[in-house]
Amino acid sequence: MNPGELGWWGVAIAVLGGAIRISTPYLFVSLAETLTEKSGRVNLGLEGTLLMGAMSGYGVSYLTGSPWLGVAAAAGAGAAFGLLHAALCNLPRVNDVAVGIALFIFGTGLAFFLGKPFVQPQAPRLPVFALGGFIDMPAIRAALEVSPLFFAGIAVAFAMRWAFVNTRWGLIVRAVGDNAEAARTAGYPVNLTRTMATATGGLFAGVAGAFLSLSYPGTWAEGLSSGQGLMAVTLVIFARWNPLNCFWVSLFFGGASALGPALQTVGVTTYYYLIGAAPYALTLALLIASSSRRHRLIGAPGELSINR
Amino acid sequence: MARSTRNSRRQFLAKTGNVIAAGGLAAALPLLARAQAKPMTVGFLYTGVRQDYGWNQAHAVAARQIAKLDGVKLLEQENVPETAESEKVMESMIRLDGARVLFPTSFGFWPFIMKTAPKFPEVLFVHAGGLWKEGDPKNTIGYRGYMEEPHYLCGVTAGRMSKTGKIGFIGAKPLYFIFNNCNGFVLGARSINPKITCQVVITGDWNNPVKEAEAVNSLVDQGVDVIVGNCDSPKVVIETAERRGIYSCGYHTDLSALAPKGFLTGAEWNWGKGADFVRAWQTQGPYPNLLRGGFKRDMVKLSPFGAAVPEPVRAEVLKTRQALADDKLALYRGPLKDNEGNTILKAGETIDNEDNKFKLGVKFLVEGAIGKTGLAR
Amino acid sequence: MRGRAEAAAITAGALLAALALFALFLRANGLDPLAVYAVLWLGGFGTPFSLQATLTQAAPLMLTALCTAIPARAGMLVIGGEGALVAGGVFAVLAGVAAAGLPAALGTFAICAAGAAAGAAWIAMAGALKHFRGVNETISTLLLNYIAVALLNHLVSGPMRDPAVSLKATSWSIPQASMVGTLPDIGVHWGLAFGVIACLIAFALLKYTVFGFSVGVLGGNPRAAQLVGLPIGRLTLLACGLGGAAAGLAGAVEIVAVHGAASSSLAVGFGYSGILVAFLARQNPLAIVFFAVLVGGISASGGLMQRRFDMPDAATQVLQGIIFLCVLASNALYGRIKLFRERGVAG
Repeated sequence: MNPGELGWWGVAIAVLGGAIRISTPYLFVSLAETLTEKSGRVNLGLEGTLLMGAMSGYGVSYLTGSPWLGVAAAAGAGAAFGLLHAALCNLPRVNDVAVGIALFIFGTGLAFFLGKPFVQPQAPRLPVFALGGFIDMPAIRAALEVSPLFFAGIAVAFAMRWAFVNTRWGLIVRAVGDNAEAARTAGYPVNLTRTMATATGGLFAGVAGAFLSLSYPGTWAEGLSSGQGLMAVTLVIFARWNPLNCFWVSLFFGGASALGPALQTVGVTTYYYLIGAAPYALTLALLIASSSRRHRLIGAPGELSINR
Repeated sequence: MARSTRNSRRQFLAKTGNVIAAGGLAAALPLLARAQAKPMTVGFLYTGVRQDYGWNQAHAVAARQIAKLDGVKLLEQENVPETAESEKVMESMIRLDGARVLFPTSFGFWPFIMKTAPKFPEVLFVHAGGLWKEGDPKNTIGYRGYMEEPHYLCGVTAGRMSKTGKIGFIGAKPLYFIFNNCNGFVLGARSINPKITCQVVITGDWNNPVKEAEAVNSLVDQGVDVIVGNCDSPKVVIETAERRGIYSCGYHTDLSALAPKGFLTGAEWNWGKGADFVRAWQTQGPYPNLLRGGFKRDMVKLSPFGAAVPEPVRAEVLKTRQALADDKLALYRGPLKDNEGNTILKAGETIDNEDNKFKLGVKFLVEGAIGKTGLAR
Repeated sequence: MRGRAEAAAITAGALLAALALFALFLRANGLDPLAVYAVLWLGGFGTPFSLQATLTQAAPLMLTALCTAIPARAGMLVIGGEGALVAGGVFAVLAGVAAAGLPAALGTFAICAAGAAAGAAWIAMAGALKHFRGVNETISTLLLNYIAVALLNHLVSGPMRDPAVSLKATSWSIPQASMVGTLPDIGVHWGLAFGVIACLIAFALLKYTVFGFSVGVLGGNPRAAQLVGLPIGRLTLLACGLGGAAAGLAGAVEIVAVHGAASSSLAVGFGYSGILVAFLARQNPLAIVFFAVLVGGISASGGLMQRRFDMPDAATQVLQGIIFLCVLASNALYGRIKLFRERGVAG
């Protein structure tokens, strides 16, 4: 097949490649938010956390020459922001949604403030696994160039699912998220659990940011994130708080993001804004279809403030 | 004590009076004229950050040149949105910092310049766009190079270097100068290979790294092997192209360092003329309200060639560049059709390279470009 | 009285703490905090021009903050100010163009009414989804924001586009005669007056009317509201509608007092800053006026700070974020400070 004449197959390949490329940050933030919400807190500030992660990852990679150190730094920055969220929400009468929005503003501002010197330089990037190395067509080969973080994300998803069901730790998190009073009576440390869960969530969000700046698109600039952090909350609802579903949901959203530019290359040029809004409209439709006055969403933790 | 001060002051005034009287003659002598240049604060407004390897960086380079002029104090503000807020920023620079020359560098600032300029006749507004027309305030300047000329040269290079016969153009927004650049790119390529096609993608944003990267990837999946990106910071486009192993052409500034293997050449601005305007304002000399030009007026540049470009191709491109600089080559020349089959120019007809009115009205893409402008003709 | 004094004291304390933290941040970045604060004052409040710039920034914030504050009284957390503003702007243009033949004053009224109605409908949709389907209003209004902005961009680049404006995708313009000018003596457009008046009306509505009281009961104790037989659905829709109307009016003001046509410059974050202002003001409409001016002042002075200290422009966001975090954290202090406690209550 002449590689130039891919036409609509090119769109399909672009969507597949996009699904793999763009899904990784969605995967990490949705896992982050799943963990946080399972413990009973909502974190709307993941966008700020993600950007802090992206910035620190890029900066440390540039300064040290090692992208993996960058990822570690991003994870650290993310965890720090998670801790901040948890610490504030542990105070009485503090609303977790508001704290999230505040951290969104603070984190975004801090990331761009500290990150200004890193806009121009080129930082070493994360390597990729060429999964399709044996395939002849360059287009498919490129679509199958996968970052190790993609696999790390899948591993975390499986681990989280297993942990929720099979470990004591997972049980405590779920108990604390479903009914704080009962958990407290049973002797579980509610605030500490939520703190650990939120901090770990922040860590994952930081890694998501590192992927954006060190893997794809692999740059540090304003406009790097287009709201992936905020989307985490909707991704989690789509996934019904199930870590494995987060994987499929992220693939779906990743592919949807790639659809717009891909369609243009085959000549579908109008409606690019509406196509961009499709994921949000779909999420809203899903929410309407699956919500009910009578009971809360299936799978939602009982303590979640947005579900009461 | 007081007497001697008064005397010395009188002497001082007498001496300066003589100098001022001689000032009339001094205007004819460039050396003395420069010494008389008033100290002036010059303000630059950027729509993004200065180090973006793109549009803003090109202007920041000119700003540094202007800062070196005698008596000039430079002010810079970044991230000024293209909304009514820019008026407040301009006023703030004028009122609070005493700026007397402003460079609102983004294309979208023009309507706000139109509103602000009449209020401050003592301030010169220099806009990076070619929209000035008769009747607009006299204290405004529109200046902008014809980037379609270096894009033509990029197209020539692409025509020689492309192996698949497919090239790609990524544009940010559907505006006339983007269309002209695209047409230049395609016409240049077609002058080498009449069968070459150019896939056009409009991202819709001046700055959206993910969309730009995705555009490159989907173009490469379609078989494109030379890409040029017209967005505020083409850094992502060039880097992604390099990772996919195809050729790329730069825009705004010299991006050759970002793609050691795949960089061909690029279209760069030469905003240095801005310094002339500042000097003119300082010395109350004359200045043009509209300055547009290509290679002939040294308002655009060609980036250095990348390692991949062989010597014969370089020579050919430079020869074409000379033809443009000598005004011997018309970019838009007949017979010319647009990509919907309409005839734009008949055989033998040409458009002068400095026909600003024609360029402002370009709403079509030439034959060979695959894509729509989205604007009715 | 005691409650209000407590609120004022704690909020003032939080603001001071925020300024101190930001000063530390500045120090850590090699800047002199006092010099920066002096410039902050100069750029935000120090000259008549600065004041004008601040009030111009504050005007839309007063209205979009109500979009969060009014539903908050009813116990809902609405963050849809951005979407309602955008919807209001689009419908304002449509009304302005449709009413082109009418006398100017009527045209202006129609534009503002259309904007408010569109915003009201946009948020009321979320209220209906909450009441009839149990859909969480924070998430639905967040999603509606994205959808509104996408619709705006689509309409403005396509169906509603004015082909004569080649610079930037802009919609049809409203007739010049319908545009409103500036307030006399202050030099800021009428949107400022609308904002202040809206906040006063909202305050009176929530404090002195039956509706306001019912909304407060619903927000404070939903079970009690149900038991007492309050019309929960109607209250929900009304609270959302009023909040949305305010934000929609902000959108109409952007059209009728600033731009004259719709474009992507409608969606520049006024809605999101409004959320910040609402929380700082603890959802109190009178306090919203104060905090809108404060936040507006910080934004307005950002440019001067950038120029004088070569600071990245993100500095204002850092300051706003720190203020927000401190005010939120200070919520924990209510009822804990002995000075403001009722006498006789065990410590």
